[in-house]
Amino acid sequence: MWNTIFPYLLSGISVGGQYALIAIGYTMVYGILRLINFAHGDVFMVAGIVMVYLAASGLPLYVTIPLVLVITAAIGFLIERVAYKPLRSAPRMSVMISAIGVSYTLQNLVLYITGGLNKQYPTIPWISDSVTIGSATTKLVTVITPVLTIVLVVALVLLINKTKIGMAMRAVSKDFETSQLMGIKINSVISVTFVTGSFLAAVGSVLYFTNYPTVIQTSGAMPGLKAFVAAVFGGIGSIPGAVIGAFIIGIMENIIKGLDVILFKAGVISKPLGLATFSDAFTFALLIIILVVKPTGLFGEKATDKV
Amino acid sequence: MSLLHISDLRVSYGGIEALKGISLDVEKGEIVTLIGANGAGKSTTLRAISGLVPLKTGTITYDGQVISGQSPQKIVSEGICMVPEGRRVFPNLTVLENLRIGAYLRKDDIQPDIAHVYQLFPRLKERSWQLAGTLSGGEQQMLAVGRALMMRPKLLMMDEPSLGLAPLVIRDIFRIIRTLHEEGITILLVEQNANAALRVADSAYVLETGSLGMHGTGEELLNDPRVKEAYLGKSRGQ
Repeated sequence: MWNTIFPYLLSGISVGGQYALIAIGYTMVYGILRLINFAHGDVFMVAGIVMVYLAASGLPLYVTIPLVLVITAAIGFLIERVAYKPLRSAPRMSVMISAIGVSYTLQNLVLYITGGLNKQYPTIPWISDSVTIGSATTKLVTVITPVLTIVLVVALVLLINKTKIGMAMRAVSKDFETSQLMGIKINSVISVTFVTGSFLAAVGSVLYFTNYPTVIQTSGAMPGLKAFVAAVFGGIGSIPGAVIGAFIIGIMENIIKGLDVILFKAGVISKPLGLATFSDAFTFALLIIILVVKPTGLFGEKATDKV
Repeated sequence: MSLLHISDLRVSYGGIEALKGISLDVEKGEIVTLIGANGAGKSTTLRAISGLVPLKTGTITYDGQVISGQSPQKIVSEGICMVPEGRRVFPNLTVLENLRIGAYLRKDDIQPDIAHVYQLFPRLKERSWQLAGTLSGGEQQMLAVGRALMMRPKLLMMDEPSLGLAPLVIRDIFRIIRTLHEEGITILLVEQNANAALRVADSAYVLETGSLGMHGTGEELLNDPRVKEAYLGKSRGQ
């Protein structure tokens, strides 16, 4: 029984880590701007495309990977400056529509560049190597992802709780105007938020696409949505919430993918039921349930502020 | 030359003129108070000085330099700090962090300033690690004042510091205003509690729906029959 479940659990933890790295971007931006950045999943996809083209240029991996992280962070910065900053005092709905616009712009830009063809994601040696752990044979990236995710999350939490810029981020997330009275440049703080979120999405993209052969302009949509659900599930605005939500969703999805096999081997069912089909549906059903039952999520704060 | 000089200041919010051309002076070392009813433009005046709202016309000169049109960050860095209306402490930051963020622009050692604030407000020291959102209204007001002091302001602007506080706490706040005055900080105080404000003020202005009315020393306005009737109430039995 355990031997049957373990491989699914392991890949679930890995996918959960990748979702977590994306989900942090959603939750941080929401925390500071009260904006659902619909373009975030596409930033994740663009990171994959940038990697494809950089690798094709013949640069060695120890140059391309850092370059992907830097370029993606710069794209995040640019999106905020061009599409969100001019709308700082506009109604929140306008900014959200702008975010949807950015999402389609990025997808179509990539469609134009790639001609809509699946692009082969470069094989990154070492993390693509096979390893066997217990009953599971998997790529090394499956094991590295959760470890790297935890390390990055701890670093991020330290940044937010212990540094001056982190303190400014927490202040800006509560009160723009009073933050300005403290001499905080809110635009710089918001930029830092976008840069951090995009950087983590780029890390997530390197890990994610190592498990998938190709990238296409719509590759960011599904993982982006899943990560968004994770952020809502955990309580949008909360970083630990997003991470825990992402791991839960990743694990549940993969368990459902393997449910037929698990149940069959356990002797519960005698022929496959095709339950794997419901793995995506599970995530979105979870979103609906959370929104109905507990809209603030696991760790979200109440909407009412004490005055 | 006065520390702060405002001439012909006009501010409008979407067609509604909140300030209709006011001119006033704040002398170095003085406590100057602006009194007036709700909606008279008192808060708008302070917000205009700190750069939070754009001016339609007029200039604000501070220490010989024109500061109108500058960013709030620049104005804070010149030593003009505000204790905003309703305290506005950061509820998700600890008391100590609220003080440290008050000194956000400073690069030098802020430990002596923290010690100084704790000496002024021993209650804050006891609650140093508590989140500011859990403090009582009076403690939050003390924190808001302490936070503003962390920048070592030359001009401290206070917007309704007594609002919503118990009489005993209000007395504490005004005691602190006097202490800060003795330390040499220039104070621009906006109050609806005209009685208390005029008692501490060296100079006072009455603001009426966006225009300046009477002006005089705190003592003069306190004894002016028109002010008595409009702002102090008849039962001023003190």
